[in-house]
Amino acid sequence: MFAISVSFGVLARPVMGPVAPIVMSIFVFSGAAQFGALAVLLAGGSTAAAIAAGVLLNARYLAMGLALAPSLRGRAPSRAAFAMTTVDASWAAASRGDGTFDPWYMVGVSTPQYAGWVLGTVVGVLIGSRLGDPNALGLDALFPAFFIALLFEEARGRRRLVAAGGGAGIALVLTPIVPAGLPILAAAAAAVAAARRRS
Amino acid sequence: MTSIWIMIAALALSTAGLKVAGPLALGGRPLPARALDVVELLASALLAALVVVETFGKGGSLTLDARVLGAAFAAVAVWRRAPMIVVVLGAAAVTALARLAF
Repeated sequence: MFAISVSFGVLARPVMGPVAPIVMSIFVFSGAAQFGALAVLLAGGSTAAAIAAGVLLNARYLAMGLALAPSLRGRAPSRAAFAMTTVDASWAAASRGDGTFDPWYMVGVSTPQYAGWVLGTVVGVLIGSRLGDPNALGLDALFPAFFIALLFEEARGRRRLVAAGGGAGIALVLTPIVPAGLPILAAAAAAVAAARRRS
Repeated sequence: MTSIWIMIAALALSTAGLKVAGPLALGGRPLPARALDVVELLASALLAALVVVETFGKGGSLTLDARVLGAAFAAVAVWRRAPMIVVVLGAAAVTALARLAF
C-alpha cells in the first residue's frame, strides 16, 4: 500500500498540485478511484469524466457493502462507521470464506493502511520531483501487481475461479468498446453467472 | 484548480455513500441465499477484471507493453508467496528494465 500511495503522490502532483493529492488520499482513500480519476485527467478527460470513472470504479463498494451488511450489528451510526473502513484488502482479509466478515479485523487491517496511504501520498508529493519519469521507473505496473495479489487471496474454489475467469473475459471484451470503469462494473455479471453453478 | 476540488469532494462523498448504502439499507438482516452466493463471488470477478484492465488497458484500448512483464513477475511472486513489498517493487523493476531494454 505504501509503495502504491507514494506512486500516487508522484503521479498526481504535476496534475493536481502539491496539496490536492494529499487531501484526496485523506478523504477518498481508494486506490482504484484515485488512480482511475487521475488517469482520465492525465489522458485529457474532463472533470466530469474523471468523477464518473472514480464512481464507476468504486461501485464495487456497493456490492462489498451488501456482502458485509449481514455481519454488522448495532445501530445505524455504528454500522456506517464500520462500513466506512472498507477497502479492498481489508474487506478481503476480513472475509471468513463463508460469506460472513469479521468487522473488527477489517478495522485492524484498514487503520495502518489508511495511515500508510496518507503518509505515502505526502512522501510521493515531496520526493516526486526528484524521482524522474514514473513510467520509466515502472510505477504504473504497481496496480496490476496489487490486484493480482488480492485476486490470489480471494479466488479460491471452483466457483470463485469461474467468476474470476468470467470477469477477466468480460473486461477483455469490453475494454476497447465501452468507457473506462464500465468493464469492471460489467464483470459483476460473471459473479451472477457463476452463482448459478452448483458446486 | 476549482475543478480538482469539485472532483475530490464528489469522489469523497460518493465513495462514502457506496460504502454505507448496503449496511444502512439492510440493517444487519441476512441476505437471501442466492444473493449471498452472488456477492460472495463478486470480489473474484471484479478483481480479475481490474487485473486485466490495469495490465492491458490503455486509454480505452488493449495493448501489450512492459506492464505485462511486470504483472507476470507479480503473478509468479504472489504464487511463490513472496512478501508484498517484493511483489510490487519487483513488478516495477521488471517493467522499468523492460522499458530500458526495448
